[in-house]
Amino acid sequence: MSTQKSQRQWGDYLQAALPKIVVAPTFITTLIFIYGFILWNAWLSFTKSRLLPKYDWAGLIQYERLFANERWWVAAQNLLIFGSLFIGICLLIGILLAILLDQRIRAEGALRTIYLYPMALSFIVTGTAWKWILNPGLGLERLMHEWGFEQFTFNWLVDSEMAIYTVVIAGVWQSSGFVMALFLAGLRGIDDSIIKAAQVDGAGLPRIYRSIIIPSLRPVFFSAIIILSHIAIKSFDLVMALTGGGPGYATDLPATFMYSFAFTRGQLGMGAASAMMMLGAVAAIVVPYLYSELRSTRRG
Amino acid sequence: MKKIWGTAKPTLLITLLLLVAPLRVVAGEVEVLHWWTSGGEAKSVAVLKQLLEKAGHKWKDMAVAGGGGESAMTVLKSRVVSGDAPTAAQIKGPTIQEWGDEGALTNLDAVAKAGNWENLLPKVVSDVMKYNGHYVAVPVNVHRVNWMWANPAVFKKAGAKIPTNWQEFAIAAEKIKQAGLIPVAHGGQPWQDATTFESIVLGIGGADFYRKAFVDLDSKALNSPTMVQSFEVLRTVQQYTDKDAPGRDWNLATAMVIKGEAGMQFMGDWAKGEFTAAGKKPGKDYICMPAPGTAGAFTFNIDSFAMFKVKDKSAKVAQNDLARIIMEPEFQEVFNLNKGSIPARLGMSMAKFDDCAKESSADFVSSSKTGQLVPSMAHGMSTFSSIQGAIYDTVTAFFNSDMSAKDAAAKLDKAVQGAK
Repeated sequence: MSTQKSQRQWGDYLQAALPKIVVAPTFITTLIFIYGFILWNAWLSFTKSRLLPKYDWAGLIQYERLFANERWWVAAQNLLIFGSLFIGICLLIGILLAILLDQRIRAEGALRTIYLYPMALSFIVTGTAWKWILNPGLGLERLMHEWGFEQFTFNWLVDSEMAIYTVVIAGVWQSSGFVMALFLAGLRGIDDSIIKAAQVDGAGLPRIYRSIIIPSLRPVFFSAIIILSHIAIKSFDLVMALTGGGPGYATDLPATFMYSFAFTRGQLGMGAASAMMMLGAVAAIVVPYLYSELRSTRRG
Repeated sequence: MKKIWGTAKPTLLITLLLLVAPLRVVAGEVEVLHWWTSGGEAKSVAVLKQLLEKAGHKWKDMAVAGGGGESAMTVLKSRVVSGDAPTAAQIKGPTIQEWGDEGALTNLDAVAKAGNWENLLPKVVSDVMKYNGHYVAVPVNVHRVNWMWANPAVFKKAGAKIPTNWQEFAIAAEKIKQAGLIPVAHGGQPWQDATTFESIVLGIGGADFYRKAFVDLDSKALNSPTMVQSFEVLRTVQQYTDKDAPGRDWNLATAMVIKGEAGMQFMGDWAKGEFTAAGKKPGKDYICMPAPGTAGAFTFNIDSFAMFKVKDKSAKVAQNDLARIIMEPEFQEVFNLNKGSIPARLGMSMAKFDDCAKESSADFVSSSKTGQLVPSMAHGMSTFSSIQGAIYDTVTAFFNSDMSAKDAAAKLDKAVQGAK
């Protein structure tokens, strides 16, 4: 009897602890391989590490060198341009496509798939394809010339002032379909009766969208912006495939900057410092937004 | 630590053990880290493997693909940090000194003495192979960087003369442009911009100026009228490239010369492989000659294997044999025939090599005597990678903008001093 009882207790205990046990390995690996490494990187950014890590405190010297580096400011400015345009245009196109697709049109499933499909490609493929399309001697410009439009020029890819916008074009092409899918799901989730009530009250379609539908898509905006901004900040493969950071370093982003300084130039400390700045940027944008959004949803 | 193991599943432990197990070194084995994975290069490495196996040792290949060896270096760093260095790794130039500073390299003086390396290598080369006066690395080949590859048919069509200095270059380039062809085939990538630029600096300023600027990193040379003039010539070269150049790979630029779309290309002797593969003959279908104004001078890019400290005695024996075999004429010949470069070892028969390689070899010997043998900045032979990167950044920023030559020289100096 008592053994049976203790066995049951054991079983209950196991049952209660099982989720924790199952989750423990991933929890520990996350703790070490993400948060642990963030701390390690922070430490490295305060040392004089070059080729290999060193652990002697050197103060803010790496940050001073980083801020004195012109290329870093080009990268930071590019992130600002790329990030804001990429997120803004993706949201705009995404919501527009979603609203148009939501008009109960024919063959919606097929159209949806077509728009969503670029998401299935990796950024490397997107970058390479757009590199060929935008190359003046190979793609669009040459095609237009062959069609007889001799004056047509579109040489953004090889122009250091404009090259960063080609990264925006390729990024938007890839990601706006995904944003559309998010918004479409959001639109389908809106209660029909509210819209009907508004129609009864005599509201026109634009008014309904402006005052009812778009405000109620707030959580979708939230997820879309979070997803897009992290894509923007960690963007690496797209730039590598599309422009290789060029012409010169005109399309360098912080991620490509960090890679080249930490891994190819033997300036581990400076690379670590730039990585900390990226972490700071993510935290500065995402954390307040996350905080305000989560707080308001809890209240609401 | 113990607590972590305690909670982790045993499978995790087993996986870790499996990961660690193959890394143990077996007796008499060499493990060589390299990034020679493409056609001709892989063939060259296979030769080394054969020769070593003939000497009774085991070869463990550790090829890490990825262009300039970035991924290979990352692997090497983690291996050395975890105290499990490979026997040898493909490291070149001043990076050898950086590894020497880390205390990771072994001493090859005994092998060098037995093999009489001191007399077989030019001093400029053996200095690169030494750390604190001791041999730590073995040179495999010598690439010449200051080459110009020209298509004589294009020059004939344009009625232009193949230039031997930078004034003639401007005249010839203008004629080719007038004839509706592209004067300079260029790939707008930072390293290619820098490759062209270092040939210009050598041609304009000469070997002594080149050394002051790119080896001694002297402010007075970096921000000087000569450097300004070099930047002006680079601007001229840039104006004679086509507008699709940015981002183009070097071999595609070579293809433009092969196909007769462009007149010339400034590129190291690896470009020869492209001509050979296209079935072109040197002297007839294409001309290899030193970049304008650099005849008699030689910018070298030497691949080498640095040897790491190994604990095991038999591994040490194998390592010494590896070093010996690399320097032997048999390997140097076969390897360089495949790779398109020339042997690092002096006094070898060049009978089997083509005309370009023969000229390269002759200039290598003569320039080492006249003091015109200089390390290539663009290929990491003259400075640490951090400074090389700083030079790259300035040159490529100049190349891709309308920055004035004067600003560029000032910026170059500032960037170099900042990266020191």
